[in-house]
Amino acid sequence: MCGIAGFLDLPGAAADKTATLARMAAALTHRGPDAHGIHLDGPCGLAHTRLSIIDLATGAQPMSTDDGAITISFNGEIFNYRELRADLIAQGFVFRTTSDTEVILHLYRAMGPDCVTRLNGDFAFAVWDAKLGRLMLARDRMGVRPLYYAQRGAMLAFASEMKALFTVPGIAPDLDLIALDQIFTAWAPIAPRTGFRDIAELPPAHMLLATRGNISVSRYWQLDFPRMGDAVVTDEAEAVEEVRALLADATRIRLRADVPVGAYLSGGLDSCVTTALARAEGCENIRTFSVTFEDAEFDESGFQRIMSEALGTRHSALACSAGDIGRALPAVVAHAERPILRTSPVPLFLLSRAVQQDGLKVVLTGEGADEVFGGYDIFKEAKLRRFCARQPGSARRPRLLQRLYPYLPRLQSQSPAFLKAFFGTDRDDLSDPLFSHLPRYRTTTRAKAFFSAETKRATAGYDALDDLRATLPAEFAHWHPLSQAQYLETTHLLPGYILSSQGDRVAMAHGVEGRFPFLDHRVVEFAARLSPELKLRGLREKHILREAMKDLLPPVIAERPKQPYRAPESGVFFGQGAATELQDLFAPATIAEAGLFDPGAVSKLAAKAARTPSLGFAENAALVGIATTELLRRRFAAPAQPALQLASSF
Amino acid sequence: MSAVESDLRAFIAENFMYGGDAAALPTDRSLIDEGLIDSTGVLELVSFLEEKFGLVIGDEEIVPANLDSIAAIVAFVDGKHARVAA
Repeated sequence: MCGIAGFLDLPGAAADKTATLARMAAALTHRGPDAHGIHLDGPCGLAHTRLSIIDLATGAQPMSTDDGAITISFNGEIFNYRELRADLIAQGFVFRTTSDTEVILHLYRAMGPDCVTRLNGDFAFAVWDAKLGRLMLARDRMGVRPLYYAQRGAMLAFASEMKALFTVPGIAPDLDLIALDQIFTAWAPIAPRTGFRDIAELPPAHMLLATRGNISVSRYWQLDFPRMGDAVVTDEAEAVEEVRALLADATRIRLRADVPVGAYLSGGLDSCVTTALARAEGCENIRTFSVTFEDAEFDESGFQRIMSEALGTRHSALACSAGDIGRALPAVVAHAERPILRTSPVPLFLLSRAVQQDGLKVVLTGEGADEVFGGYDIFKEAKLRRFCARQPGSARRPRLLQRLYPYLPRLQSQSPAFLKAFFGTDRDDLSDPLFSHLPRYRTTTRAKAFFSAETKRATAGYDALDDLRATLPAEFAHWHPLSQAQYLETTHLLPGYILSSQGDRVAMAHGVEGRFPFLDHRVVEFAARLSPELKLRGLREKHILREAMKDLLPPVIAERPKQPYRAPESGVFFGQGAATELQDLFAPATIAEAGLFDPGAVSKLAAKAARTPSLGFAENAALVGIATTELLRRRFAAPAQPALQLASSF
Repeated sequence: MSAVESDLRAFIAENFMYGGDAAALPTDRSLIDEGLIDSTGVLELVSFLEEKFGLVIGDEEIVPANLDSIAAIVAFVDGKHARVAA
């Protein structure tokens, strides 16, 4: 796991180019503290910062073929590299190292850019093909590893994180107000847009080919679901067997490393599954890590203890207070490189620091299970909303909505009539492709009420949901509603927030690599072919996963309802133990200077947060969003650009 | 504008519009559809009505028909007061 960066056709002398590569690499040191390397070859420069995990002795990068014609800078892991290596050796390729990096290099020689279709892994890499004068960038299917790029005239620059791009002459960090609108609607920018103007993300499952003056971006893999009425896997016994076998293998190959592998153990079903599978693969006494909270509303330490004892792991729990979260928030925003609406990435940032201090570089996590096997509450919510909408006059059906969100007491206490109103059962268009997520988007959008007049003017007429609809494939309309909701979660929020702000960024901040067995593309593809009823059976989420894994887990874990991972929010800034120094972020002078939000409205919100122990969802989202936008602005020291052009260059 | 409506608009402006102008809010506009109240907001609203107007509001009365617009809330408060007075 590492950081990569580079450019094509950067103007200037060789010494300047080398200096630029060195600056780009230095900006990514946290991702790869073990070694730096740069490679300059004609118009192309490649940089690499290394976190040594596989082939510690000879895996240095950038790595070139013997003839120097092809060079790679690679971030990530190819989990099936041993199998691919054996295939390539059988074809006559000769290896100098035992690294997965060299496997990609030779696979590229054998297949060209199509080599990505053979890779099972989490990766972002750049390959410079000197003979063709072509730079190839590629990113893994699910978006585990990040990759950004910017074009300025004929020059193309790329990097694992945008902060490295900002060291290139001519690339400045200007906040993108359309991205701000997207985040304050759907929690994350809609790829390829990022939080900064004219900096693009290479979307998951895409590659970019660049020759001088010519860039093309194309998709090489697509999350696909069966059409309604098409054959799906309905046999539960068959599904149980296959899910178990696939997850076992996905875990087995993710234990490949020349350093010890640990695991995150939140106490929920998913991380318990990955930890149990690791143990079944021979990882006795695996090191496990978790976050605990003082506030019982968020804490899961009881379940963590049960699972740790059941599996005999060596467990470390990191106690996290609201003040701890606040004090780490500025650093997290600097790593996330975008405003965030939740504080939940921060405890994971603190946890990766604990992992680093413990000497580990790799952890398995349960991320992805909810997207792949239908675990999120929003899937149940959408199912019930459809059920209610089919009989609008029914007084009984809305009562089922009370069964949602048992951990939200304020919602529980509402009458069925109010629940109907909150969840929009009478007004949302069932044919809207975003139907499943409309209540979430509607609630989040309330946070836009705090935009300044200038920001409102700059985003007037823009509808982030239209942009989101435009990203959906043509086949989407023919899928089952659960598949549609899964697609939205898996292709937008998963890469845009879960795997980035709350995943790669906060783990790599401390040189820790997360590995995700549930996001093995074989698991994802098989789960997509399962009958929706095998995933969401009635209101029992992840039914097939529970059935497939129940013999590995204590019953209290196997049957535990989904408890979303959440962290304190307004309490981070206000109240006993809060990081009160952050309150300055809401000061009228601060807000007015930035020009992004309305100082008066923000003051009222801050005052309300100071006197009210718990705010509503939209208010918390606004509070965290405003604070992190200001932190981002301060970190990257760029004035906002209200005079934004809606037509983007990407 | 009645005193109840005036107090109510002031409360909505301060708590749900964060100092915005509640005067322009049509009396029959749904507060949920306007994005002004959510599940937490309903409970804040009920607390306000109980404290400000000395009401006791039962669970069965916490429904959109009573609380989802300024007109509905004013009618609800007036009705409660009338019943107490009677």
